[in-house]
Amino acid sequence: MMDFIGSLGDILGNASFWVAVLRIATPLIFGTVGVLLCERAGVLNLGIEGIMVAGAFAGWLTVYGGGSLWTGVLVAALVGAAFGLLHAWLTVGLALSQHVAGLGITMLATALSYYGYRVSFPKVNTPPTVTPFAPMDWFPLPVFDAQTPPTLLALILVPLIAWLLYRTPIGLAVRMVGENPQAAEGQGVSVAAVRTGAIVAGSALMGVAGSFLTLSAFNAFFFNMINGRGWICVALVVFAAWQPGKALLGALLFAFFDALQLRLQQSGDAVLPYQFYLMLPYALSIVALILVARRATYPQALMKPYRKGER
Amino acid sequence: MRLEKRNESSALVLIAAPFAAVAFTLSVAALLVLWAGAPVGRTYSLLLQGGFGSVFAWSETLTRATPLILSGLAATVAFKARLFNIGAEGQLYAGALAAIAVGGLHGGTGLEWSPWILFPLMIVAAALAGAALLLGPALMKQKLGVDEVVTTLLFNFIVLLFVGAMLDGPMKDPTAMGWPQSVALNGELELGKLIEGTRVHSGLLFAAFLAVAMWALFRFTTLGFRIRAVGANARAAAFAGIPVTGTVVMVALLSGGLAGVAGAIEVAGRTGYVTLDMSPGYGYSGIVIAMLAGLHPIGVLLASIFVAGVLVGADSMSRAIGVPTYIADVIVATSLLSVLVATLLTQYRVRWK
Repeated sequence: MMDFIGSLGDILGNASFWVAVLRIATPLIFGTVGVLLCERAGVLNLGIEGIMVAGAFAGWLTVYGGGSLWTGVLVAALVGAAFGLLHAWLTVGLALSQHVAGLGITMLATALSYYGYRVSFPKVNTPPTVTPFAPMDWFPLPVFDAQTPPTLLALILVPLIAWLLYRTPIGLAVRMVGENPQAAEGQGVSVAAVRTGAIVAGSALMGVAGSFLTLSAFNAFFFNMINGRGWICVALVVFAAWQPGKALLGALLFAFFDALQLRLQQSGDAVLPYQFYLMLPYALSIVALILVARRATYPQALMKPYRKGER
Repeated sequence: MRLEKRNESSALVLIAAPFAAVAFTLSVAALLVLWAGAPVGRTYSLLLQGGFGSVFAWSETLTRATPLILSGLAATVAFKARLFNIGAEGQLYAGALAAIAVGGLHGGTGLEWSPWILFPLMIVAAALAGAALLLGPALMKQKLGVDEVVTTLLFNFIVLLFVGAMLDGPMKDPTAMGWPQSVALNGELELGKLIEGTRVHSGLLFAAFLAVAMWALFRFTTLGFRIRAVGANARAAAFAGIPVTGTVVMVALLSGGLAGVAGAIEVAGRTGYVTLDMSPGYGYSGIVIAMLAGLHPIGVLLASIFVAGVLVGADSMSRAIGVPTYIADVIVATSLLSVLVATLLTQYRVRWK
């Protein structure tokens, strides 16, 4: 036991651990904020897992094809937005089941990305690589100076989205259509337009989340590289009570445990098979959902399709 | 754009809708085939031949359809009650592990009972394992209001890692040369082949029987009625005195159980042991199948054969002409979305204003 506490101290005292925490948290921050935007407008977006795959692939392919890194991020956002538009058409325009439409989009986006990868690279065994974002070694803060620019973007994004949601008419409209679409319509707010906008913007962020993995965290595209991160974002939003600040906190807390399990798994005195350490992030997400379940206040209109004039 | 409910759907619309959905799907896939630089007509004819063009193609398609029927039924019963079980993949693996735990040889330490006892025991263990896995999320949904989609999805990853740990540890096959695979199933428990020289096995008949049984359950039993009532409107069902939580628990046991049985049937009929890649997403495909079938158990049979044929056909087409097999996943996903839209348009009319 003392050994364990000792090695825990070693891990936490090491700057590289905190570097890893921030790096692991970055795609989760983008993804969680993306889900949050959609859900605040009353729409569950289960397309996230696939949109992250598509963003990871499209961003990476752009850079591989000679585009700049930021162009890659932009393309990832645009691809995400395109899938968002499809999601919005299905769930807002046609008011189909948000569960099924989202899963369908995850399947479609994943299949299209894998297909595109195989068409572009029919016979490669080792995935081709790009030069990823370099760390910001000019940044005057330790830990941050080892991060790449998209991490900074993610950290700036959170207060920005919070400001947008709570301090602007657009944010008010988003929250209104998520709480009471009938009332919003009565105030002259177009539910369909606001929801569509929120889904498209949120999905663009999900695309960016995916591109972080291929353009910052790694330098190549792998199959199964998203590996449930999208679903974890959906859980984190519930944990965060649909508030951007808490979403940031949740993503960091989650990344802390994920980084910790990686270190524990690699440290010499790992007592369990490594798979049990890898389970931790998923298990923690479920535990987090249970913990907040009783006091969770969902956006009132979440998962309720809205058809004008129908009750 | 505005939707307006149709008072009645004309027969023409009802017939045209699925065809329109299929035509749309095929044209999307055709664009992708062109991107890969292959001739569209030949690609489709190879795909069709590979899936349905010969006795061998049919045998492979039906072999692939067997677990899909079971996972499709698992999704059907759950979705009917609006319990969104996306965890069939994990439940399938849990069932496969349970099947090996009961019916495996375990280096000579396996159970040496008559197959007449052992086989049913193996199926029941698999069903229980799958059911237990869904029971937690179902209760969390009913008692705490935790969305079951996220919990069942997350459980898939946990189960797969657990399977990995078991294949590295207690269930490892010592003769597999380090390949991650479980100990073998007792040969006496393996399902017989339906056609000599092919892989199609009697599990297909079992799956088809369960489809009919599920249809009868929905059609003729109180439980079936309750499931439909809870799915249609849980609050109204509660008002009418239907025990909603009890019904959802029964649905969870049925759905998880069916997915678990899918795993056991795969082990007993096809693989003979558990590997980490024994299911290329059968659990997720089950959701597509259930939706394509309009949540009708008999429709699940047809939808499973369609999806299995596309998957098997794409494999064989890809070997011949080099279009990536992922085209099959694109076709399956696109057909899900287009059938959803087509079904909606049979009930609603689009008004452009």
